[in-house]
Amino acid sequence: MTGAPLIEVEDLRIDIDDGSRRVAAAEGVSFRIDRGETFGLVGESGCGKSISALALIGLLRRPLSIGGGVIRFEGREIQHLSAARQRELRGNRIAMIFQEPMTALNPVSPVGRQIAEMFVLHQGKSWREADQLAVEALANVRVPAPERRVKDYPHQLSGGMRQRVMIAIALACGPDLLIADEPTTALDVTVQAEIIELMRNLCAERGTAILMISHDLGLVANVCRRVAVMYAGRIVEERGSADIFRSPAHPYTQGLVDSLPRLGSRAALGRARLKEIAGVVPAITAFPDGCRFNPRCAQATDICRTVVPQTDLLEAGGLVRCHHHA
Amino acid sequence: MLSFLFRRLLQTIPTVLAVVLLVFVLFSVVPGSIVSTMSDDADPQVELRLKKQLGLDEPVYMRFGAYIAKLATGDFGTSFRTREPVTAMIAKRAWPTLQLIFASMAFAVVIGVPLGFVAALRPGGIVDSAAMVLAVSGLSLAKFWLGLLLMYLFALKLGWLPSFGYGDGGGKYLILPAVTLGVSPMALLARTTRAAVLEIMTADFVRTARSKGMSEVRVVKWHVMRNALVLILTTMGLQFGALMGQAVVVEKLFSWPGIGSLLVDSVLQRDIPAVQGSILVVVLFFLAINLLIDLLYGVIDPRIRYA
Repeated sequence: MTGAPLIEVEDLRIDIDDGSRRVAAAEGVSFRIDRGETFGLVGESGCGKSISALALIGLLRRPLSIGGGVIRFEGREIQHLSAARQRELRGNRIAMIFQEPMTALNPVSPVGRQIAEMFVLHQGKSWREADQLAVEALANVRVPAPERRVKDYPHQLSGGMRQRVMIAIALACGPDLLIADEPTTALDVTVQAEIIELMRNLCAERGTAILMISHDLGLVANVCRRVAVMYAGRIVEERGSADIFRSPAHPYTQGLVDSLPRLGSRAALGRARLKEIAGVVPAITAFPDGCRFNPRCAQATDICRTVVPQTDLLEAGGLVRCHHHA
Repeated sequence: MLSFLFRRLLQTIPTVLAVVLLVFVLFSVVPGSIVSTMSDDADPQVELRLKKQLGLDEPVYMRFGAYIAKLATGDFGTSFRTREPVTAMIAKRAWPTLQLIFASMAFAVVIGVPLGFVAALRPGGIVDSAAMVLAVSGLSLAKFWLGLLLMYLFALKLGWLPSFGYGDGGGKYLILPAVTLGVSPMALLARTTRAAVLEIMTADFVRTARSKGMSEVRVVKWHVMRNALVLILTTMGLQFGALMGQAVVVEKLFSWPGIGSLLVDSVLQRDIPAVQGSILVVVLFFLAINLLIDLLYGVIDPRIRYA
């Protein structure tokens, strides 16, 4: 780890404007990712993980907007860059792949052309050269017969193949950071492993850092060196991925770890039921005071209901936002 | 592809037959005949002789059978009024109508589609509001009234354009009728395009396009346009049909020598063969346009296959 981190997010706040007022959909979000590092962001749907990623790549659209905080890319603040300067980063230095490979590709454009666009946009290639490079890009993501496949339309490809195309697009210009938002959620389990493996290998080869976003703590911990857990718009815990399983510090993380099904656990723990976290995630407009997890937390006390917990450094390394952390 | 084309052509036969039958039946129940439109107090003897001459004394089903039999050989019959073969009458009138309809559609597409795109880029903005006010007005204006206004302004007051007629083959005579006829499809195309673009702009693949670092203009040009075309084409196809109907009013208003005015004159005088022939040609044109558009879908959207 030398010098400045690749990307650094400090106290980021994302507002949602419902016409009459602004509500923070995420706030106090801080994390850093070093060059070539793999970092995971985990949480339930609506916890603010995807919008945080969209903020990084400058793709928040109304009613969402950045309400405060700083995003630094290679030490340079990027949150207030002009649209044109942001476009130079987007796709080129920071790329993103999305959850739905079915709908994330343009149905009426051949996949080769959709890859080739990257070279035309960011490297000033002619369409001819770009088409050639698209074949190579498709070969890199291990698509068989790439010179034929470039002419295919998305509906002619399987879900796994489409996600490979998405990866080819994202990695086309050799970005420094790849944001993967639930990249395998829509895929078959067998294909999931292949795609994750491919993504990890390609990024490792190129020294591309990964920000992986998922609701699946197990998957993220498997891929990433460090993991941050988000709940109701705040990061509640950030740890090394081995530590988070061994000694989760936040009651919510504890709940997530306990709710993961494990092979053989039934034999070890008797006929215990899989644990769940009682209650539901509060709506953005109805976040509780104090710690936002307090209504669902077994350890909650008065202070949890009134005072927002600060982010504390853990002795074992990592950060936690809880009044009663272990 | 070829079998699709063949099947579609076969499908037109029942449609055409149904239309012919409908018009035939309607005309047999409508009061009056070519004879009664000529004179109010004709000698019953003369009337009978005329009817016999025109074959109008026979029962409807006999006449229908005879008509279909002739139609199968490409004979549209002879006009009651002019004694000309209907095919020749229509041949003379078809070109002006085609000119009018395609000019109107061109006007509608050239103005309406870009207007819809521009409006969709900033929904709720000034351009959008202005475009939609224009579109609603365009849809609500009565053709004959708009035509009169245009005539008044551009022909009478400004003297830029001829007020009516065909001149020696269209040209500047075409402008006023084409604009009059084109305003409502223009308005509809603007609205459809706007709605289509707005919907497509929320699609996941547009977010992907943006994540590639594309400017909004490129996003629209490279990814939105082609997807919007399917909806735009559908609207165009339906509007061609509507235009054929509305052309009747506009042709009459501007004394445009097309099929529309032929149809009106023929209906008023109960010239059944001419009416039948005109309607048949209109229907065939409509079916042809729709077939063409169905084929174009496949060119634009690779997911559409003709099986």
